[in-house]
Amino acid sequence: MEYDFIVVGGGLVGSSIAYGLARQNYKVAVLDGGDRSFRASRGNFGLVWVQGKGADFAPYAQWTGQAAGLWPELVAELANKTGLGIDYQRSGGMHFCLDEAEWDERVQEMEQVREHTNGSFEYEMLNHAQLKKQIPQISSAVLGASYSPQDGHVNPLYLLQSLQQGMDYHQVDYFPGQAIDRIEAKQGGFFAHSTQGILSAEKIAICAGLNNRRLGEMLGMDIPVVVDRGQIMITERLQPFLNFPTLHVRQTAEGTVQIGYSHEDVGLDDGSSPSVLKKLASRAVSMFPLLARVGLVRAWGALRVMTPDHNPIYQQSANCPGAFTVTCHSGVTLAAMHAGPVAGWIAGNCELDLINHFSADRFDVSTD
Amino acid sequence: MKNHYELLVIGAGPAGLAAAAEAARLGTDVALVDEQKAPGGQIYRNVGAAGDRVKDYLGKDYLRGKRLVDELLQSGATYINNAPVWYLDDRLETGILVDGASHFISADRLLLASGAQERPMPLPGWQLPGVMTAGAGQILLKSAAMVPTGRLVLAGGGPLLLLIAWQYLQAGVKIEAIIDTTPVASLLQILPRLARALPAFDYLLKGLSFMLAIKKAGIPMYKAIDNLRVEGRESIESIHFSTVRGKSRAEISIETDTLLLHQGVIPNIRLPLAAGCKVDWDAQQQSWKVAKDIWGQSSVSRVLVAGDCAGIVGARASELQGRLCALESAHQLQKIDMEQRDRVAKGIKSSLQRQLSIRPFLDALYAPSKAYQLPHDETLVCRCEEVYAGQIRKAVRMGCVGPNQVKAFTRCGMGPCQGCLCGSTVSALVADETGASMEQVGYFRVRPPLKPITLGELADT
Amino acid sequence: MFRLIEDAGTDTVTVCIEDREYDVPAGISVAAAVLLCGVSKVRNTPVSGSPRLPYCMMGICFDCLMSIDGVPNQQACQVEVAQNMTIEYQQGAAELQQQG
Repeated sequence: MEYDFIVVGGGLVGSSIAYGLARQNYKVAVLDGGDRSFRASRGNFGLVWVQGKGADFAPYAQWTGQAAGLWPELVAELANKTGLGIDYQRSGGMHFCLDEAEWDERVQEMEQVREHTNGSFEYEMLNHAQLKKQIPQISSAVLGASYSPQDGHVNPLYLLQSLQQGMDYHQVDYFPGQAIDRIEAKQGGFFAHSTQGILSAEKIAICAGLNNRRLGEMLGMDIPVVVDRGQIMITERLQPFLNFPTLHVRQTAEGTVQIGYSHEDVGLDDGSSPSVLKKLASRAVSMFPLLARVGLVRAWGALRVMTPDHNPIYQQSANCPGAFTVTCHSGVTLAAMHAGPVAGWIAGNCELDLINHFSADRFDVSTD
Repeated sequence: MKNHYELLVIGAGPAGLAAAAEAARLGTDVALVDEQKAPGGQIYRNVGAAGDRVKDYLGKDYLRGKRLVDELLQSGATYINNAPVWYLDDRLETGILVDGASHFISADRLLLASGAQERPMPLPGWQLPGVMTAGAGQILLKSAAMVPTGRLVLAGGGPLLLLIAWQYLQAGVKIEAIIDTTPVASLLQILPRLARALPAFDYLLKGLSFMLAIKKAGIPMYKAIDNLRVEGRESIESIHFSTVRGKSRAEISIETDTLLLHQGVIPNIRLPLAAGCKVDWDAQQQSWKVAKDIWGQSSVSRVLVAGDCAGIVGARASELQGRLCALESAHQLQKIDMEQRDRVAKGIKSSLQRQLSIRPFLDALYAPSKAYQLPHDETLVCRCEEVYAGQIRKAVRMGCVGPNQVKAFTRCGMGPCQGCLCGSTVSALVADETGASMEQVGYFRVRPPLKPITLGELADT
Repeated sequence: MFRLIEDAGTDTVTVCIEDREYDVPAGISVAAAVLLCGVSKVRNTPVSGSPRLPYCMMGICFDCLMSIDGVPNQQACQVEVAQNMTIEYQQGAAELQQQG
């Protein structure tokens, strides 16, 4: 076999895993899509987000907590190897509550996550007055917020670039503009037939976002990927005013304000729609009235790679051992986990009990 | 202003003016929407209000615009000014911004006539205050009766550069030098096209007369130059270049206060792309063109395109294309039958043929210079986000195979102009570095808003 | 550096550019007006603080951004001068305006 690993997909997930494997001195090839591929990574909001994750699924709460803990190390390591700044800030994050019902529900969720993580998840509920001290421009329409010091944000595109340069640092062979025709499991390894030709490897990791279903099938894996469109918008540059990322409004290091987001079931359509743009703008202005006179520079849609229960899938093929699929929509938050423990799990040198909870088998309707 | 029209025309340049007027006369319920205060687009900018003295300097071609404007205003078409189109998608919902309020207009047919823009001419120092486009000089002349004072240099190539030099001469403006960056076309290339261009001989004569006037005025003209760059600290102070003649090379420096640049014009394809129209790369014109038939029908069933926004054809041809679009849309909307359409179109088509006959000649004579399509590493490509050509080349070498990936990693194209001034350069650089064709490389994805809108205006839609 | 070629006698308006008053022809754009008045820049860019003057005059380059009547990041070539208009340089990124 030419390679130890082929990673299909060069987005945040594929790049994290390829980097993690190459860092362990494995010979890795990455097959990536083209300039116009859907690329969920381009629609990422940039949150390194802990609060609220896994309130209804304990393993995910623990998984996310671990991922966030590994983040600072990954940042430092990438900075050392690539010299690229990725604007990572562990600033703490806010989730706004607009009324009492939302507040109560939020408190419940926060407590559940604390329970699932044996108290290691930290949070604080802020009432309006406390919130206003931290974010003076917040409107009176916001009752309060849940705050977690463990949240942060980053430039997702720079993170991707940094991971790709990290891949280059570790001599990953990166093949862009690829379309995969088929993948065969034979002769103790895997053969990927793509635009590039035929590449062979001992093991293969499918991290191709929306293509995971089609490619997973070729290797005996049933991966239920759900397409979910999110529209986001970005404003002109502003002087810094917002020190905390929030779920729907975040000021980037450049000063632009990123505004999100929708969840839409529209199939493979990453376009915009006036009704959603209006909704997003209204919500942002109702939270931050001073944004009313701020200019919008761009609005776009991106297709999330969702699963039926919104939790990730980490699956090794039963039929073709050595073939793996990774499906998730939080490619940023989980990046350090993917580069570290998950890459190790794929390489077979990392025991990860927690990962068994994320197998695609949990979606099987049939029971034995 | 209504919510719906049978035909919505976007852009009040020659194509849009003629189309809207013609459509109204054919009984179509038509609205013409334009971002400016007065009709005329860029070429006939301010033609309604321009003073007499200015008109003398601008030449009689400019006055044709007045006739078109009058034709529109008398036609019964609805004209909506100060109305930039901020939203258009492939469902053909058109969002316009009028007096700080967004309105959506639906139409049975959409006619895109958004015109052209200057081809960007990146060179070292082009971002310094005092450097502008030749088109900007024309706009100042037409809309504000202003001309450069102090020292002035013109640099670039193309009919517009000659035109503005002539216009400035008429207005008594002193020109220090004209630097012609046009690659010298071989006679073998031009002569065959010249023969075919002869039907538009009046146009050719005009070009010749401009050149004679410039020569007579004794303006120093430099050709076959290399390494053009602008120097200055807070603003332009001088330009520098090399002239090459045979084996000898001379370094020239000219101090100046204003530099006007021009490398021809390219179609402004943002609206067609937003509507989902197919575009093709034209290797001769070195620009994207909107795929369409003789009637202006694009690849999207309810969308027609006319004028320079589909492919550079010039003002006269744009007007004729607009009329053909109006005939075709009237036919599609069953206002006229095919026989009437074809009968009226006959004369227009032969006039259009005549106007188009000069294009191949002009394209060969005024080919853009590769030096400004593939600038040196130290040249600014993205003026908004201040990204240099070297950074773009590096991103491509690191694996970016297209302009959108380059944008994601360098921020080139993320600023307020959304790639208007850097898009063509980025695509050219990617093609050059990867060896791929322009068709394979593609262009920046166009997204709303197509014109500025605030969050408050959006929230109040 | 620019001058008018038509005689005075057209209507004028008085505008204030960086705290100084100027009479400029009515009906022209703010970009044209500031060029006529000889400003050395209209803004300093947010990325490097470099000075810029208008470039394209037709609304596609966004280099002519100025603060007009207190509203930042306005394309000066798209706004017509008006009596008593306040025109200021756009210094880098816009401030999130305080309600006043």
